[in-house]
Amino acid sequence: MIKLSKYVLYDILRSKIIIAYTLFLLVVSFSLFNLEENESKAVLSLLNIILIVLPLVSIVFGTIHYYNSYEFIELMLAQPMSRQKIILSEYAGVAFSLASAFLIGVGIPVLLFSFNATGMALLLTGFLLTLVFTSLAFLASVKARDKARGIGIALLLWFYFALIYDGLVMLILFNFSDYPLEKITLLLTALNPIDLARVFIMLKMDVSALMGVTSALYKDFFGNITGILFTTGIMLLWAIIPLWLAVRGFKRKDI
Amino acid sequence: MRICITIFFIFLFTIGYGRTIIVAPGSSNSSVKKAIEDAADGDTVLIKPGTYKEGSITISKSISVIAAGNVVLDGEQKFEILTLTGYNILVRGIHFINSGYSALNDFAAIKIVDASNLTIENCKITDAYFAIHISNSIHITIRNNTINGTPKSEQMTGNGIHLWKCSKALIENNKVFGQRDGIYFEFVTFSLIRNNISETNIRYGLHFMFSNDDSYYNNMFRNNGAGVAVMYSKRVWMDGNHFEENWGASAYGLLLKDITDSHIQHNTFKKNTVGIHLEGTSRMDIQRNIFKSNGWALKIQASCEDNNFHENNFLGNSFDVGTNGTMVLNRFDHNYWDKYEGYDLNKDGLGDVPYHPVSLYSLIVEQNPFMLMLYRSFTTQMLDKAEKAIPGLTPENLADNKPVMKSFKL
Repeated sequence: MIKLSKYVLYDILRSKIIIAYTLFLLVVSFSLFNLEENESKAVLSLLNIILIVLPLVSIVFGTIHYYNSYEFIELMLAQPMSRQKIILSEYAGVAFSLASAFLIGVGIPVLLFSFNATGMALLLTGFLLTLVFTSLAFLASVKARDKARGIGIALLLWFYFALIYDGLVMLILFNFSDYPLEKITLLLTALNPIDLARVFIMLKMDVSALMGVTSALYKDFFGNITGILFTTGIMLLWAIIPLWLAVRGFKRKDI
Repeated sequence: MRICITIFFIFLFTIGYGRTIIVAPGSSNSSVKKAIEDAADGDTVLIKPGTYKEGSITISKSISVIAAGNVVLDGEQKFEILTLTGYNILVRGIHFINSGYSALNDFAAIKIVDASNLTIENCKITDAYFAIHISNSIHITIRNNTINGTPKSEQMTGNGIHLWKCSKALIENNKVFGQRDGIYFEFVTFSLIRNNISETNIRYGLHFMFSNDDSYYNNMFRNNGAGVAVMYSKRVWMDGNHFEENWGASAYGLLLKDITDSHIQHNTFKKNTVGIHLEGTSRMDIQRNIFKSNGWALKIQASCEDNNFHENNFLGNSFDVGTNGTMVLNRFDHNYWDKYEGYDLNKDGLGDVPYHPVSLYSLIVEQNPFMLMLYRSFTTQMLDKAEKAIPGLTPENLADNKPVMKSFKL
């Protein structure tokens, strides 16, 4: 399985897209840290990139990679290997390359310029978001046979998590504003990995704004070690469940 | 003529040189209470170091009570230690511990009633219910005292320096920790509060009610339960104070309620949930303050009018201004806003397009606090941008028409 992952990794490196992605992240992070006089402002801009660009790249790259290596997968299926191993090693190769691109591209500047709790939270959530959106990409591509359709579903998923979901949350919060919503907001946060990442990082940054009504609860919840465990746990669930569904679909699929 | 001069000198002698009564533990004169009973107007009671447990002591003569060294008056958790009434009284350097608690009376370590020209200085008060309680007095000076409370519930903890119906008081260089309100003013006029430190009190650092014509300068209010409240007062000067780290659901750096004709200048508001909260406030001059790293720098309720905000620095606040209405009767000009994105073509140091400090999202949060969940999300940022381009919902008149391009050196 490790051998297969290695082949996948070589293949990804040969296409140079991942190298371009690393360089892009590196240039953007360095220039942000150098442009802004105040490092927390730079982290803030970086947050936008992590919450928007990183999921988009992960999900699109994952889907395209799956369809491009479809022939390779077919070849592997002819070998005496279980289907589960094949799809998992594909996933491991893609997730590893994307995660290392992120950890090099954003991790090095963050360690150099903003080595503190906020920076670490940024790296942790970025890493987890990469895993989550790669597995969503695999789910989308396993479920759709057609490449165009697969990429379409992937983009739609990204669009949903990055934009539509927040709109729906607004709708819910406005319509039910007369009810006690404390627990509901927590639940709503957990149902979107991007929101969860944002709230988690923000509680490390703008504590004062969040100390309003909602935040007493949020602070209690996310502020301490249980918060870190909760965030990590839910994000891992977000990575594992779509991946498990993808593996199940792949096993039953008529290829 | 000679008789006149003699009488004059005798008179001078009795005023200027009162006797000194020395109290020391173990000596023939070991009771503070008795020494004070024996003293006549103009005398000095000098207390030698030691711990004295004498219940409640009352001073009603014009005498000075001075500690020579570490003098401790112990209230044994049941007495009001010192009660002062009269005029020309000085108390210096005594350490008061364990004064009593009473749910019926406001027991205090030092209680001052119907007094004038009275000075309390260099005293230390530890674990009191009320520390210094002053009522119906004039020309009171409270100076260089340190008050350390152990906060319990709001009902079980009294105020640090409590003034009720006083005039011309001077409160300076005191340190108050862990009481209910650090300094409390009710019906107090023409008084000055300066260079005090009020920290970790469970309610307000400074609490002002119905007190006109007072000033407070260069005080530090930090990490109090709800910050500082100034209510129902007129003509108050607030200058050079620091309001810091007042965090919590209903904590404000400075809470203004029904205040008129007052000045807020050269203050620093840092890391508060709300820097200044204004309610029913009018004709205020708010200038040259620093608002830094607050949740909301200003929250202005629609009930405020005719307030002037100018030459302030707004730096790194999550929201600059929050408001709950669309009527705008206040003026903003020549402030520095770090979020301003305009330009200055003619290089006069003033931005050419107005700055709107109220964002759509801050309006939404004002209506529905749970929306904070979406803080800094892509959706709300887009909403804000759209609103900036075509203002429709935010109060259009709430704008700084002449925002300054560079921050003020304050």
